[in-house]
Amino acid sequence: METVRVVPCLDVDAGRVVKGVNFVGLRDAGDPVELAARYDSEGADELVFLDITASSDGRETILEMVRRAAEEVFIPFTVGGGIRSVDDGRAILRSGADKIAVNTAAVDQPELVAELAAEFGSQCVVVAVDARRNNLTAGHETPSGFEVLTHGGRVPTGLDLVAWVAEVVALGAGEILLTSMDRDGTRDGFDIEMLQAVATVATVPLVASGGVGCLDDFAAGALHGGADAVLAASVFHFGEYTVAEVKAHLVSAGVAVRPVTS
Amino acid sequence: MSGSENRDAPLVAVLDYGIGNLRSAQKALQRVGADARLTADPALVAKADGVVLPGVGAFGRCVEALMSAGIWDMAFAGASAAANGTGPPFLGVCVGMQMLHEGSTEAPGVTGLGVLPGEVQLLTGDIKRPQMQWNRLDLRPNTAHERFLAGLGVDPWAYFVHSYAAPVSSDTVATCSYGGPVCAAEARGVLWGCQFHPEKSSSVGLQILENFVNLCCNPVPPVVALNS
Repeated sequence: METVRVVPCLDVDAGRVVKGVNFVGLRDAGDPVELAARYDSEGADELVFLDITASSDGRETILEMVRRAAEEVFIPFTVGGGIRSVDDGRAILRSGADKIAVNTAAVDQPELVAELAAEFGSQCVVVAVDARRNNLTAGHETPSGFEVLTHGGRVPTGLDLVAWVAEVVALGAGEILLTSMDRDGTRDGFDIEMLQAVATVATVPLVASGGVGCLDDFAAGALHGGADAVLAASVFHFGEYTVAEVKAHLVSAGVAVRPVTS
Repeated sequence: MSGSENRDAPLVAVLDYGIGNLRSAQKALQRVGADARLTADPALVAKADGVVLPGVGAFGRCVEALMSAGIWDMAFAGASAAANGTGPPFLGVCVGMQMLHEGSTEAPGVTGLGVLPGEVQLLTGDIKRPQMQWNRLDLRPNTAHERFLAGLGVDPWAYFVHSYAAPVSSDTVATCSYGGPVCAAEARGVLWGCQFHPEKSSSVGLQILENFVNLCCNPVPPVVALNS
């Protein structure tokens, strides 16, 4: 049977979790590895670490975090941020990550997606795509109605979302992590129309991201958006919902998931 | 690691031929009590209490990498001896399990180790490929899994990433349902195979690895030990 994965996402800056964590019982609420191990024990299916460290000397810090995570976390985890070459990807994977995510670097040099897939296999190459609805007043218009952004959602590219996803899938992307920048942080729910538009061309697994505010939002992403995995950050970090609560709600909505057993 | 070497911990050789995320497998084995080493050194593998053959990505590329690392013959000998019960336990994971078979439709003309029969086939049915998700293990009524899949509880789930799978056969000890029954685990003698990733399957996966490490400590069934 096809089951939907529930994926907490940790934004990491210089080895520390950002977006504030309000979690009871952690020794160090800012330690991404301790938080990740906690999500593993609570029944998360997978994790994403997004490294937003701006400084160029931050690579060793993130590698050290990945090495520690490999000792404490026994579910799959993806690491994204700052991967601009096959060597960068290799360093992350050899440190213990299961998948690497590329975003801006893929737009700058699409051949990187093909190179990573050829070197490591598509199954560990995630293309993260940040997108928004066309901003018509700014003159941005793309055929699907959605435009790709880079640099953490700050820079419009003029690329059409659906065409871009089709391109990276053809290049060898093994998974698409789609974030709606219109919804990110709003708690208004995933952009279902955006997910539906991408689901038509994403023959590989699709991870929905950006906008979760309530339990129904998770279910809508899977049931209406066609997502294979649902990702959220704040609602987990602030202890608003546990992974178990999200999964119980998904099951009651008719979405198959791995049950939380412990 | 050399400073913390534990005489009681079984030495598990994780075959390193440049493929995949080996650090996770090593750390998971260490977590359950093994002295796990990433190695392609025949001398170290020869004295290991157990061997793990990992593998991710394409079948043809894994076969090629195993050959160019010069450990193909060693992997064949180890897997064969484990299947016959004459050598230490051997565990193939994901493509490492697929390579135990004769070949794969993913790479026509490329020969697998052929220790287990049959050809690895593309997953069929109205499903997404790859299967990249957790799925429930359905344990088959087959005594071969008594040690392999012991202690998993009534509803064990494991993490899969694959588009191809070995045929379901009399060696199959667990299946999952994905467009039909899919071979999830196999056992013959002390040769084990997991299509899923035990090192990424949380408590269920760690239990399976612990079972393997325990088998490495004591590969001979007690009844045989009594006769010796």
